[in-house]
Amino acid sequence: MLAFILRRALQSVGVMLAVGVISFAMFRFAGDPVNQMVALDTSEAQRAEIRASLGLNDPVPLQFARYFIDAAQFKFGVSYQFRQPVSMLLKERMPATLELATCATVLAMGFGILLGIYSALRRDSFLTKVLQAVSLIGISLPTFLIGILLIYLFSVILGWLPSFGRGEVVKFGWWSTGLLTVSGLKALIMPSITLGLFQMTLIMRLVRAEMLEVLRTDYIRFARARGLTTRAIHFGHALKNTLVPVITVAGLQFGSVIAFAIITETVFQWPGMGLLFVQAVQNVDIPIMAAYLLVVSLIFVTINLIVDILYTVVDPRLRATVGRAA
Amino acid sequence: MTDLPAPAPRQSLIARAIDSDIFYSFRRSKLTMVAAAIVAVLLLLALFAPLFVVQDPFDPRQLELINSRISPLWTADGQRPFLLGTDEQGRDIFSAILYGMRVSLAVGALGVAFAAVLGIGLGLIAGYVGGAVDTLIMRIADVQLTFPAILIALLIDGVVKSALGNHLDASTTLLVLVVAIGLSFWVQYARTVRGSVMVEKNRDYVAAAQLIGLPARVIMLRHVLPNTMGPILVIATINLALAIITEATLSFLGSGMPDAMPSLGTLIRIGNNYLFSGEWWVVAFPGIALASLILSINLLGDWLRDALNPKLR
Amino acid sequence: MSIRLSSLAAVASLIAAALTPASAQTLRYANQGDLKSLDPYTLRESTTIAHHGQVYEGLVARDKNLQTVPGLAESWETPEPTRWRFHLRKNVKFQNGDPFTADDVVFSADRVRAKGSDFATMVANDTKVIKIDDYTVDFVLTAPNPILISQWDVWYIMDKKWAEENNAVAPTPAAATTPSFASLHANGTGAFSIESHQPGVKTVFKVNPNWWRKPEHNLKEIIFTPIASDATRVAALLSGEIDIMEPVPIQDISRVNSSPNATVMSGPELRTIFLGMDQTRDELLNSNIKGKNPFKDIRVREAFYKAIDIELIKTRVMRGLSTPSALMIAPQLFKLSGDFTRPKYDPDGAKKLLTEAGYPDGFELSMDCPNDRYVNDAAICQAVVGMLARIGVKVNLIAQPKALYFAKIFKSGGYNTPFYLLGWTPSTADSHNVLYDIMGCRDNPNSSRGLTNIGGYCNKEFDALADKVLQETDNTKRDLLIKAAFEISNKDFAYIPLHQQALAWGVSKKLKVAQRADNQVLPYWFVKQD
Repeated sequence: MLAFILRRALQSVGVMLAVGVISFAMFRFAGDPVNQMVALDTSEAQRAEIRASLGLNDPVPLQFARYFIDAAQFKFGVSYQFRQPVSMLLKERMPATLELATCATVLAMGFGILLGIYSALRRDSFLTKVLQAVSLIGISLPTFLIGILLIYLFSVILGWLPSFGRGEVVKFGWWSTGLLTVSGLKALIMPSITLGLFQMTLIMRLVRAEMLEVLRTDYIRFARARGLTTRAIHFGHALKNTLVPVITVAGLQFGSVIAFAIITETVFQWPGMGLLFVQAVQNVDIPIMAAYLLVVSLIFVTINLIVDILYTVVDPRLRATVGRAA
Repeated sequence: MTDLPAPAPRQSLIARAIDSDIFYSFRRSKLTMVAAAIVAVLLLLALFAPLFVVQDPFDPRQLELINSRISPLWTADGQRPFLLGTDEQGRDIFSAILYGMRVSLAVGALGVAFAAVLGIGLGLIAGYVGGAVDTLIMRIADVQLTFPAILIALLIDGVVKSALGNHLDASTTLLVLVVAIGLSFWVQYARTVRGSVMVEKNRDYVAAAQLIGLPARVIMLRHVLPNTMGPILVIATINLALAIITEATLSFLGSGMPDAMPSLGTLIRIGNNYLFSGEWWVVAFPGIALASLILSINLLGDWLRDALNPKLR
Repeated sequence: MSIRLSSLAAVASLIAAALTPASAQTLRYANQGDLKSLDPYTLRESTTIAHHGQVYEGLVARDKNLQTVPGLAESWETPEPTRWRFHLRKNVKFQNGDPFTADDVVFSADRVRAKGSDFATMVANDTKVIKIDDYTVDFVLTAPNPILISQWDVWYIMDKKWAEENNAVAPTPAAATTPSFASLHANGTGAFSIESHQPGVKTVFKVNPNWWRKPEHNLKEIIFTPIASDATRVAALLSGEIDIMEPVPIQDISRVNSSPNATVMSGPELRTIFLGMDQTRDELLNSNIKGKNPFKDIRVREAFYKAIDIELIKTRVMRGLSTPSALMIAPQLFKLSGDFTRPKYDPDGAKKLLTEAGYPDGFELSMDCPNDRYVNDAAICQAVVGMLARIGVKVNLIAQPKALYFAKIFKSGGYNTPFYLLGWTPSTADSHNVLYDIMGCRDNPNSSRGLTNIGGYCNKEFDALADKVLQETDNTKRDLLIKAAFEISNKDFAYIPLHQQALAWGVSKKLKVAQRADNQVLPYWFVKQD
C-alpha cells in the first residue's frame, strides 16, 4: 500500500519534471525574451546588458536549474503584456477559475446523477428519449456556441442574467469569491452551465450505464426476491454501487474542466486563468503560457494522485492486485 | 482490445459489405441513416463546393463590398443570388460555409490522419519492441492523456507563432493546426494499437511468419496492423468530430484560420460580432452547419462503435 | 465552533454590505483596452494616458473642447522666446497629503526625460528647468518653441517626496522585469485616486475630496473594467451592467440607440486612419518582385491611392461613420484642410499607372494590419485587399492583435512591413507633429524626426518646411507653410490617407457626458444624474 502510494507520488514528480522541461523550453527558446521586453530605441549594447542580467548567456542546464528552482517557489518571471509578475497575475485569477470549475462540476454531478438515474429507471419514457437526444446535442455543440446562445437568450433578449464578468466579489485575503453576493451568484449561472454541460452529459451517460449494469446483477435480484421495496433497492443498493466510479470520473475530469474553462472564460469574459492564457496566446506572452502550463499540470497531477490513492483505499480489490504486483 | 478473426479469404468487397452484420445494423437504425445522409450531403457539398457556390469566398477579387450585409433570400431585403445573405465584406454566406466546411474538414481529416499515423507507428513500435522503448512511449502517452487536446493545441499554436514570428499566411496556419491537432490526438491510437499488437504478437501466425524469416516490419504492417483496423476506424470517426470542434474552437479563440480564409469556427467568431446588430444570419448559418456536421459524425461514430463491438452495447 | 460562528457573522455582514445597492454615484466604465501601468511615464498609449489623467495632472490641462487651460500652473509667460515662466498653483496637495511645489515640477521634468521614460520628448534634454521660488519655475530652451506646452496636458506631475520615499525616482521602463512601486501605486493631485488595480480585471478609482478644482461631476467612485470582446461589451451596456463604454462597434450603434437604457454618443474623432508604403528598402519585403521596390516609383503609390474606393469603405465598412480625408490630419486641427481634395477613385487609371510603371500584371506583397486597435481595422484592410486585387495586386493580409502588430512595424521591430494601416492622432493637436513624427525623413539616427514614419517617406524640401512651421509664431503664415508641406507630400503620394473614424461611446441614459474629440474618456468632466 505504502509502496504503491510512494510509486505514484514519484511518478507524479516525474511528470512535473517533464512538464517543467517543456515549460522551460517554451520560456527560453520560443521567441527572444529580450526582444519581447525592450521598447523602442534600445541599442544593441543595452540589449546585451539585459541579456546578461537575465542570465541568458549561462549554460542551458544552469538556466534550467534556475528556472526550476524559481518555478518551485512560484516565480515565473514577468508578463510581457502586463509588465507584472506572472505569479501575481495567476494568484489574482486563480480563485475565479477554481470557483467556476467547482460550480460547474457540482452542477454536472447533481444533474448528471439525477438524470442518469431517471433515464436508467424509466428506460422507455418520453423524457428519457428527450434527455438522450439533448445529451447528444450537448456533446456535439461546441462550448463557445452554447455560450453565445445563452448570452443571446438570457442577457440580450430576456435581460435576466449578466453577460460578462464575475459581478461583485468579496475578498478574503488574496482569495476573492463571487459566491456571497447576488450579482456574483447571478454571474456564475451561465458560465457554470456552459462549462458543466459536457461533464453533465458524460456523468448522465455513465450513471445510466452503471445503473443498468448493477440492476442486472445477482444481488439486486436477490434483494428483489427478499421483497425489499423498489425504492430501497434503487437508492440503497444500486445507486450506492454506481457512485464510486462516478465520483472517480468526476474527480479525474476536474482537471479538464479547468482546461475547458479557457473557452467559457473567453466567451463570458470571466476574469480567470483561462482568459489570461488565451490573451497570452494571442499576444505571444510566453511567460504566462509557460506558467499556466506548470500550474495547471500541478493541479492535474495532484488530482490524479489523490484520486488514485483514494481509489485504492476505497476499493479493496485494487489493493489486493497492487499487493500482488508489488 | 479486439479479438477479430484472422482475415477471411478475399471476395468482392461490395458483396462482403452488403452481406455484413454492419450493413444490416446500419439499415436497422433510421437515425444512423439520417446522420449518414447528412454527412454525405455535407461532404459532397464541401468536396464539390466550386460547383455550388456563387463566388469563391477566399478570392478578394470576387467579393463586392457593394453586396455587403444582405439578408437571406426569403427575408424582405434578400437578394439573388445570395441564398443565406452576405457578411460585412460582401461574402456570400452559403459559399463561405461550403468553403469554410472544406477548411474545417481538411484540418480535421488531415489532423486525424496525422494523429493516426503517428499513434499507429508509435503503438506498433511500443507493442512489438517492448521493453524500455515501450515504457517510454507509453509514459509520454499517459502524461499527455491528462491534458485536454484543446490545451495542447493552443500551446503548440502559441509556441509556433512565437517561433515563426507570428507572420503566418493562411496555408501555414492550416499546417500548424493540422500538426497541433495531430499531436494532441495520437495517444488513443497508440494505446489501441499497442494493445492489439501485444495480443497478436503471441499468436501462431506471427510465430509462423517469424519462422519463415519475414522481417518484423513486414509482419507488423502486413499482418498485425490490418487486425487493428476496426477499433482504429471507430476512434478516427469520433476523433474527426473532436478535431473539427477543436479547430473551430481554436479559430473562435482567434488562434486558428485567418479572416481571409475562414473555417466554420472563424465564420462564427466573425459572426458573433454581429449578434446584436440584427445580422443574425452571419453567425446562425455557420453555427447550424457546424453543429449538424459534428452531430451527424458523432451519431455515425456511435453506431460504428456499437456495430463493430457488440460487447459495448 | 466559536471561530466558525464569528466567521459566519463576518460573512453575514459582508452579504449585507454587498446587498445594499451600489451607490448611485458609482460610474461603471468599460473599455476595449486596459490600463497598462500606473507609472505615468511608462507607456504613451491613449487608453493608459486617459486613465492616468483621472489621477495625475499636468501644468496645463485641456478642457472639454480640447482648449489648453491652466492646470497645476495658474499662469505662464514667455519673458524671452527661449524662457518660459510658470506660476504654480498654491495650496494644492497630492493625494497622500504632500504639498505640491516647484520641487515636484523640477523632479518630474528630470524623471520624464530620464532613461526608460516613454515621454522623453516632453522636455528636451538641453532644456534647463530652474526653480525660482517655491511656486515659480523657469524652463530655459536652446531655441524658441511656440508649441512647447501643447502636449503638457499629459505630462503628469509627480510627487518628489513620495517617489524618493518609495524608491521610484527612476521611471519604470516598459521593459522592467520587476514592477516598481510607481507602477503599482499612484499619487497625483487629480480628481480621483486609485483604490485598487488588478491588471486586466478591474481598477477602482475613488473621488479625491481635496481636489483643488471645483468638480463638475458628482461621482464618488469609478469602477473600470477592460472588456476586449465587442459583443460582450455591448451586451453589458444593453443589460445595464455598465454605465459607459468605448468604443461601440459601429454595427451595434442602432441596436444600442433603440434600447431603453443607453444611447450612443458619436462625433468626429481626431484620429486619421491611413495606409503607408515602404519607400526605403531596395527590395520590397514579402513580394514576388525581386531586386527592386515598386513603391519607390511614385506611379505605383498613385495607383494604390486611386484603386481605393473610400466612399464604398465609408458606406459599407464604416456604415457612414467616417469622414474620408485628403490629408494626414483631421480638418478640426488644420484650418486650410478645405483646400485639399482626394484624387478620384479610378481603378482603370490605377491599372494604367501600374502598367506604365512596368507592372502590367500587378505584383504580390503582404500587408500588416491591427485587428483590435481602430474601428473595423481588419475589415478595412480586407476591403483594401479586395480593391487592390482588382488592379492585379495580390495582397497577403496579416491581421494581428495590436501588441504584436506594433512590435513588428514600429522602430523596435525594424519597421518590418512593406504595406500597413495605421491611425494617428497628433498629441499636440497640431500639424507639426504629423509633419515631423510620421512624415519626416528618418535618415538621421540621432534625431527623433520620422520616428513613426514607418514607410520612410523622405523629402528634404518637406522637412525644411516642417522646421519653419515649428519656428513660425504668426498663425496665418504658419498655416500657409503647413499647407505648402502637405501639397508636397500629396504630390509625392507619400501616404494614402483614408478617413477620420467617428468615435462612438455607449452611454447610459442616466448620464450626462462631455465627449472629447481626442476620445479620452475622462469622467471628471461627467455629470451623473441620480
